[in-house]
Amino acid sequence: VFKRFVEIGRVAFISFGPHAGKLVAIVDVIDQNRALVDGPCSGVRRQAMPFKCMQLTDFVLKFPHSARQKCVRLAWEKENINEKWSATRWAKKIEAREKKAKMTDFDRYKVMKAKKMRNRIIKHEMKKLQRMASKKGKKPEKAVKPGKGKKAEKAPKAKKPEKAPKAQKAQK
Amino acid sequence: MAGEKAPAEKKPAKKKAGEKAEQKPSQKAAGDKKKRVKKYHASRNPVLARGIGRYSRSAMYARKALYKRKYTAPETKIEKKKKEMPRATITKPVGGDKNGGSRVVKIRKMPRYYPTEDVPRKLLSHGKKPFCEHRRRLRASITPGTVLILLTGRHRGKRVVFLKQLDTGLLLVTGPLVVNRVPLRRAHQKFVIATSTKIDLTGVKIPKHLTDCYFKKKRLRKPKHQEGEIFDTEKEKYELTEQRKADQKAVDSQILARIKKVPQLRGYLRSTFSLSNGVYPHKLVF
Repeated sequence: VFKRFVEIGRVAFISFGPHAGKLVAIVDVIDQNRALVDGPCSGVRRQAMPFKCMQLTDFVLKFPHSARQKCVRLAWEKENINEKWSATRWAKKIEAREKKAKMTDFDRYKVMKAKKMRNRIIKHEMKKLQRMASKKGKKPEKAVKPGKGKKAEKAPKAKKPEKAPKAQKAQK
Repeated sequence: MAGEKAPAEKKPAKKKAGEKAEQKPSQKAAGDKKKRVKKYHASRNPVLARGIGRYSRSAMYARKALYKRKYTAPETKIEKKKKEMPRATITKPVGGDKNGGSRVVKIRKMPRYYPTEDVPRKLLSHGKKPFCEHRRRLRASITPGTVLILLTGRHRGKRVVFLKQLDTGLLLVTGPLVVNRVPLRRAHQKFVIATSTKIDLTGVKIPKHLTDCYFKKKRLRKPKHQEGEIFDTEKEKYELTEQRKADQKAVDSQILARIKKVPQLRGYLRSTFSLSNGVYPHKLVF
C-alpha cells in the first residue's frame, strides 16, 4: 500500500515554505512531526523541518543517522540524485508548468498555431483510416492508434522546444 | 584679517579672467578669453537660523560690491523701441455722398462692457501647470518596436507596433495597415497592454511632421450660417487624404521588412487578443 517511507536517507521534495521546490535528505527524525533535514547539493541548510511540507521521492541514500553534511553530500553525489531527479517525470512536470506560466503572448500564439496544425494532421490521418475501414467493409482493418505516429511528425517542425511539454500535456 | 581677505575673495569671483590672466598668463590666458567660466560665489551671508542671515541689507550691499555693479540697458534698444511705436489709429475710407472721404478709426478700441464688480485678485498657487507643460511619462515596458495590445476603440484586441510617444503623451502606433488594418494612429498609454515582444526598429525613420496636430480631429465651425445649416456642415465622416496614405506607406514599408524577419510575427500581428475560460489577465505574462 505504501511504497515510500520516511527513513534515514530518504530524499524528499519540499512543497511549500521558504525552501519550496528543493530536494533534501532526511538525516534524522526528531519527533512525530519533524525531521532533521539536510540538502547540501540543493542549498538547504541542515535544519529541522516538519513532515507536512515534505513530499517523499523514490530516492534513498545510504548514510548513518545524524551523519554530518559532508557524508550526506558524498552520498548524494555518489547517487547523482540531481540528475536522477531531473530525469523523473515529476521534475519534468514541474518544469513544464513553470514554462507554461512564463509564456509570453507571442509564445501563446505560436503554441496555438502548433497545436492547431498538429490536430489537423491527426484528424486527417484518422479520417483517412476511417474511410479505408468503412470502404473495405468487414476486412480486418486494425484501428492503428494514429497518435503515436504524430509525435514523430511534430519533431521535424522547427518550433520552440517549449512545445514538447505542451504537446505531452495536450495528449494527456 | 577677515576684512582684507574678503576683497581678495570677491575679486576672483567676478574678475577671475582678468586677474588669473595676469598671474598665470601661460596657463589660462588663451582658455579664459575664449570661454569665461562664470563661477558664482557662494552666499556671502552666512545663515544664523532659517531665513535669518548674519548681515543686514546694507552690509550685504557692501559685501557684494553692488556699488560697482550697476548695469544699465544699452541705449540703442530704447531708442529703437521709441521709434517702433505700434499704430494707434488708422484712416478708413467711408462711402456715401458728402460724408467726407474717410474717418480716423482707433485700432484698439475701448471695451464695450465693464463688469459691475471687478474680478478679485487670485491667490498665488504653485505647481499648477498647463497641459502643455505637464511631464509626460512612459512606462518602462513600452519602447519603440514593442507590440502593444489595444484595449479600447474600434481596434480593440488588435496587436499593433509602437513607434514613438508624441508631445501630448499619446503613443504613435501603426498596424501596419496591410497586416491588421490599423493605420498610423494615436493610442493612449493607459488603454494598452505592452507585451514583451519587441521588433528591432533601429534605423527606422519616422517622418517629423507626424505630430499631434497632424492627427487631431478637424472641426470646422463657421458661425456665418443660420441654425438649420449648421448640422450639415459638421464633418462626421473621416476622409482619407493622400498625405495619410503616403505617410502610411513610408512608415510601413520600413517596418514590414523587419516583421518578415521574425518567424510567425506577421500572423501574430494579424490575430486579435481575447480572453477565454480559465484565462486570467493577472496570471498571464504578456
